Amino acid sequence: MRAIDFDQASDPASAIRLVQQANTKFIGGGTNLLDLMKGDVEQPLRLVDINHIGHDQITELPNGGLRIGALARNSDTANHALVRSRYPLLTQALLSGASPQLRNMATIGGNLLQRTRCPYFMDTAFAMCNKRAPGSGCGAREGYNRMHAILGASSACIAVNPSDMNVALAALDAVIQVSGPKGERSIPIAGFHRLPGTMPQVDTVLHPTELITAVDLPPPAFTRHTHYLKVRERNSYAFALVSAAAALEMDGATVRQARIALGGVAHKPWRVPAAEALLAGQPLDEARCLQAARVLLDGAQAFKDNGFKIRLAERAVVRALLEAGENA
Amino acid sequence: MSDQPSHPADDADVDASRRGFMQSALLVAGAAQLPLSSANAAPGTGATVPFVPARPFTLNVNGTEHQLSLEPRVTLLDALREVLQLTGTKKGCDRGQCGACTVLVDGRRVNSCLTLAIMHQGAKITTIEGIAQGGDLAPIQAAFIEYDAFQCGYCTPGQICSAVACIAEIKAGTASAVTPDVRQQTVAFTDPEIRERMSGNLCRCGAYNNIVTAIQAASAQAGA
Repeated sequence: MRAIDFDQASDPASAIRLVQQANTKFIGGGTNLLDLMKGDVEQPLRLVDINHIGHDQITELPNGGLRIGALARNSDTANHALVRSRYPLLTQALLSGASPQLRNMATIGGNLLQRTRCPYFMDTAFAMCNKRAPGSGCGAREGYNRMHAILGASSACIAVNPSDMNVALAALDAVIQVSGPKGERSIPIAGFHRLPGTMPQVDTVLHPTELITAVDLPPPAFTRHTHYLKVRERNSYAFALVSAAAALEMDGATVRQARIALGGVAHKPWRVPAAEALLAGQPLDEARCLQAARVLLDGAQAFKDNGFKIRLAERAVVRALLEAGENA
Repeated sequence: MSDQPSHPADDADVDASRRGFMQSALLVAGAAQLPLSSANAAPGTGATVPFVPARPFTLNVNGTEHQLSLEPRVTLLDALREVLQLTGTKKGCDRGQCGACTVLVDGRRVNSCLTLAIMHQGAKITTIEGIAQGGDLAPIQAAFIEYDAFQCGYCTPGQICSAVACIAEIKAGTASAVTPDVRQQTVAFTDPEIRERMSGNLCRCGAYNNIVTAIQAASAQAGA
């Protein structure tokens, strides 16, 4: 690993001040950043340790929702009594990612910023990656692209967002709280991650000098009928081929409202409100779920090795919805 | 571990010369960073890596405070192995994928390869060298021997540190990806629960079945 300088921030204000130095990044859990630094993919000259600035608690909001501090660990968040009892979808998604060791280190804020696992990005032996070296081309488009996007890709980049948590947060309409040199702002999760377009090197709308302070969840509407389905090469400790987060509010056998988000298919969690609207006010049956899945996957485009993902994603959506409907 | 003469004993002897080599390699690597070099320029920025001096800090490992002076980039794993000579903790992949470097920080299992030593001032770190209770093996260590939960032994320190936390986590009622209903606050001590929770520790010898058995056996004992 290259030499780095190091500062420890004692509070959010000092963290934001320190990160304005040249080539400086925050370090929370470090599980993604240090991995990428060892591979020379990330090359900061200075790290600002934010593990002592607070913002690691989980508290109820006045509106009945929940505020998860950005420095709360994945494992602590997944197992917080209020998250387990009110937002089991988030618990399921968090626990399906990584290993217990990594979840003990990884933070909620860091997970939002987790970078793609595209091998052409992760390995500097590949010359082409517009995300790592803008303008160099995309190695994956003509390369081995089994894990890559079927939705929202661009000619510059076909990478996918690797996070499970993000998929659940998308289904739950989370809001990201951010603090920076110009003050504070709130960013709905739907607008937080970007599609690659012509600037795949930019994953999110967060400015490099901004600090994520918390993730807010709205009051729990989907406590009883949720399911996170992750389909992967092995049953544990693997990234998703596709994943589906389904959340239903039921009125007897009728769906009052539905949320579906797909992971492993795009540069951001994939939601289509029109697909969810198809389910509202209707009984939950397989045919209608398939109809919704097809709307969700409308426009899907496969590359050489990932054509299977389109059918797989359809079936994952149907199964996640039916499982969510059965949970009580 | 005294019942298993082949591995732990050999490890210390065989490793001595290799450790010497690794240490000098580490020093040389450090020395190579001393002069400012245009080869260290961050791409696209034109900025060079400045000389980064070692920083003094303390690390509490297995109940002992150690005064260290290290560059910020040194991982907890390298500090344990190359500086404190606690070579029980193993370097496998060095990228957070294999779990051989698992240690406990304030009782929680972490991959020591993916965290910086300097970030752990004030924490209590427990390595495999601190798992035994005085002169007696911890129940999980005795169970690994009794149930033949290893072959080559390279992943074993990480497996054991991970198992200690795994047992504590299940007893505390934490959920896992295979827990049928995460809204329930109790968790059954089943084989699938153990397998899921130990999936961050790879074993190339494939001793998984016996590892699960050893964890089941140790968990049944008080104080495991």
